[in-house]
Amino acid sequence: MSTKCDRCDNEATVHEVSVRNGVKVERHLCESCAAQQGLDASVSGSAVVANLVKSLMTQQTGATQGRLPACRTCRMTFADFKQQGMLGCPDCYRSFEAFLGPLIERAQEGGVAHAGKTPARLLSGAPVGSTPMPRPADPAPAPPPGPSREEQIRELRRQLSKAVAAEQYEAAARLRDAIQSLSQGHGEDAA
Amino acid sequence: MSQPPPPGDRPLFDAMTEWLRAEGDCADVVMSSRVRLARNLAGHPFCTRSARRDRLLTLEACRDCVLRAGLADRFVWCDVHDASPLERMMLVERHLISKQLSKGRTLIHGGGEDPRGVAIALPDERLSIMVNEEDHLRIQVIRSGLALGAAWRQIDEVDDRIEAGVDYAFSPRFGYLTACPTNVGTGLRMSVMLHLPGLRLMRELEKVKRAAADMGLAVRGFYGEGSDAVGDFFQLSNQTTLGRSEAQILADMEQKVVPPIVEYERRSRRDLLQSRRVGLEDQIMRAWGMLCNARLLATEEAMQALSLVRLGVLLSIIQDRTGRALDVRLVNQLTLLVQSAHLQRAVGRELDQEQRKVARATFIRTRLAAIAGA
Repeated sequence: MSTKCDRCDNEATVHEVSVRNGVKVERHLCESCAAQQGLDASVSGSAVVANLVKSLMTQQTGATQGRLPACRTCRMTFADFKQQGMLGCPDCYRSFEAFLGPLIERAQEGGVAHAGKTPARLLSGAPVGSTPMPRPADPAPAPPPGPSREEQIRELRRQLSKAVAAEQYEAAARLRDAIQSLSQGHGEDAA
Repeated sequence: MSQPPPPGDRPLFDAMTEWLRAEGDCADVVMSSRVRLARNLAGHPFCTRSARRDRLLTLEACRDCVLRAGLADRFVWCDVHDASPLERMMLVERHLISKQLSKGRTLIHGGGEDPRGVAIALPDERLSIMVNEEDHLRIQVIRSGLALGAAWRQIDEVDDRIEAGVDYAFSPRFGYLTACPTNVGTGLRMSVMLHLPGLRLMRELEKVKRAAADMGLAVRGFYGEGSDAVGDFFQLSNQTTLGRSEAQILADMEQKVVPPIVEYERRSRRDLLQSRRVGLEDQIMRAWGMLCNARLLATEEAMQALSLVRLGVLLSIIQDRTGRALDVRLVNQLTLLVQSAHLQRAVGRELDQEQRKVARATFIRTRLAAIAGA
């Protein structure tokens, strides 16, 4: 049986049960009244992500919109993602990797790395996931000196974590690119 | 489908959909098993941020690849943006497309309908592939009963064949890259559609829902994300897609998650028969009486009664005039045929809400009279 909205004659599609001062309080609202009342009607993945991003950014970095560089391929900003809960293109994963990592780990209940199927083309050595979309010229910074490539990458990752913690996003982006550029020498993704 | 038939008259709408067959393991409780893969093409923006031009490109690339991959003997293609509202609704009701694909997305640049489509394997509709939904490709395989393993094997092969023709967006760390990070990794969603009237009547449903949530599973309604549970039908699916392999997700769902719930539901049905038989029979026969006699029926009301009638048929409480068991498939079919779009197609014209109530009651009455001598 459908229930009518508490505030209008529409069908209630958002239902909230809460306990206030020991008394059970039920609210049954239609989507527009729920939105007016500040009740989040959406249960979609994007809404979950948007909420997660919000809480994570507040907790960990206090990041403000516009301080992170946009994705170099699709120009999406992290602020856009924060609002929409959806990424703009496959390269956004690289562009925002340092920030997406902890977020995804939380959304995926601790899952940090892919453990499943790999495209056959990748296994056969053919390039997969390459992005022919035009990018603005942006030379990667030179990697710092170090005894071996692995050690350099480790050191850069350490610096990247510190940069993220200190909200130094431009520096973090440069470090990320440096890690990628170093890792490409191995023929595999840095991640 | 090169030359689309008249609206609402596509051949697929006459097929018996797989999820109503009532075949396979645990079909008394598990209506169907569904496996879905989210995939995107490398080098293309996600649908969430693409202009009309980009979406046309991905639509063409995906359609060509899907239709050339030799995935089924008979495959139809439907441009959802050109389909009538009734056709779109029928595809949603048959679980072949999502509500989101039927509605489309707002285009950032360029007006008109958002280009999108679906490929459907006939005659059983087991395999369907949505193009330009949240991700470029949403591949789905549905099987009757508990058959997640078989569904996974089929979709894995389909995925390989499609991938032979296109480059998927993939990263060794995050796996298959998806528009929403909640799907990243395997991009795999395994769900079962459960019919749990016994647990509801025994007031055990909330316990099961809480346990499922504690196990990191999503519990959704008859039409998936954002839909209400109607007629004691629930979709249960994995939420975690990163950090666990497809085999682990499958093993968890098929061995750890679903069998205990199936057993719990069966035990509830047995307990109801033993300890509350008259009460149970009364509820079921009232539902049966309503469906056989009502003159006005809303969808939710019809679905709730059909749920009890399905239980009654499975428990041999409802029989035909000669005392023979009814075929549960006929009840399953009614759960689809009483939905608004299917009903309007059966009647052959568009109906408003009140007219649909009349048409629904008449349709059910006639069907039950024919199948049960009611």
